[in-house]
Amino acid sequence: MTNRPTSRRTVLECMAWAGAAAVWSFSGGVPRARLLGSPAHAEEASFSFAQISDSHIGFAKDANMDVPGTLQAAITQLGQLPHHPSMVLHTGDVSHLSKPAQFDTAAQIIGAGKFDIHYVPGEHDMLEDNGRPFIERFQAREKPGVAGGACYSFDQNGVHFIGLNNVTDLKAGGLGMIGEAQLKWLAGDLAGRADSQPIVVFAHIPLWTVYAPWGWGTEDGERALALLRRFGSVTVLNGHIHQVLQKVEGNVAFYSARSTAFPQPAPGAAPSPGPMKVDAGKLRGVLGIREVTVIAGQAALAVADATLAG
Amino acid sequence: MRARLARRTVLAAAALLLPRAVRAGDAAVAIKDFAFDPATLTVPAGTKVVWTNRDDTPHKLASNAQPPLFVSDALDSDDAWPMVFDKPGTYGYFCTLHPHMQGAVIVT
Repeated sequence: MTNRPTSRRTVLECMAWAGAAAVWSFSGGVPRARLLGSPAHAEEASFSFAQISDSHIGFAKDANMDVPGTLQAAITQLGQLPHHPSMVLHTGDVSHLSKPAQFDTAAQIIGAGKFDIHYVPGEHDMLEDNGRPFIERFQAREKPGVAGGACYSFDQNGVHFIGLNNVTDLKAGGLGMIGEAQLKWLAGDLAGRADSQPIVVFAHIPLWTVYAPWGWGTEDGERALALLRRFGSVTVLNGHIHQVLQKVEGNVAFYSARSTAFPQPAPGAAPSPGPMKVDAGKLRGVLGIREVTVIAGQAALAVADATLAG
Repeated sequence: MRARLARRTVLAAAALLLPRAVRAGDAAVAIKDFAFDPATLTVPAGTKVVWTNRDDTPHKLASNAQPPLFVSDALDSDDAWPMVFDKPGTYGYFCTLHPHMQGAVIVT
């Protein structure tokens, strides 16, 4: 991989084709991009993980009559990556309606992949009993940061991972919400950590305001970001909006992921958000998985999105 | 006699459709394109208001009051949820999944 600084124009060009299988890397807030599968990727990779999102098990409408099938395809594709992911992050909306049978199906399909997997909830997962069924089932392995709050952190290969819940206790007219208890926990969780430690935050709803009229943002996301700004490498991964979007702000890079179930319109491109129907032959081209690689010896992560169309 | 029987059968069939069907005297709010229609509904005290989800995605209602005066079930597509409003007042509510969706029931 070259260390040549990238011009703003190049970055914008890269963003234009980010929907293709592109690898993003960044250091100190400057992103670089190249095509997936270039040799540097294979030689320098020391640790990689994957992200899947919005599997919506239980959904069966025109936009996708077989969401278990496309989730299965995503898991199969993860298993075929040249570098087996050290772990997988699921950024929520595992189910469509928080039903036990939906959780069962998701757990069965995802579990068959035998990945080390960490989940954060989407709003569709927390519809019953304040989200307890989801937390007990999918976060049993985690040490909760706050009681019942569905947030936690852990270290892997020198990277600090923070899973946040920004889908409960939402207020009328508002956006996603992290809440006081989690923010207090986050401040304590980050205290004492070296600025040089790479941080990966994963949550369902974007922490940055993508499009407020559709609620695509987090009310108090800025308060979380204020705690993260001193770190040299911060990567924020989310789902919820079912499409790849990226933004870099200082040392913080935001990446929104595709769904494994159905696409949603681009912000403002339709009267409302929600499942978007595409031709059956094109569906897998708008669903996808994400691979993230931590490069040995540098505070740079590479983010590669691939569709289920292969 | 036969005509009356037939009419009774029709009424019985209509009753079987409840709570999805909205009866005369009830008021209806459609949930469509991530919005409540009508967003503000004015009804006399004692009216049953029935919300029906016409979107391809679930919605769930809660009143703005803390603690909420009412919380609906999670409404999947075409699910309906009734609520009888007995006391005059203004009842603001929102969707707990998509809180930018807001509505109000004004009971006179």
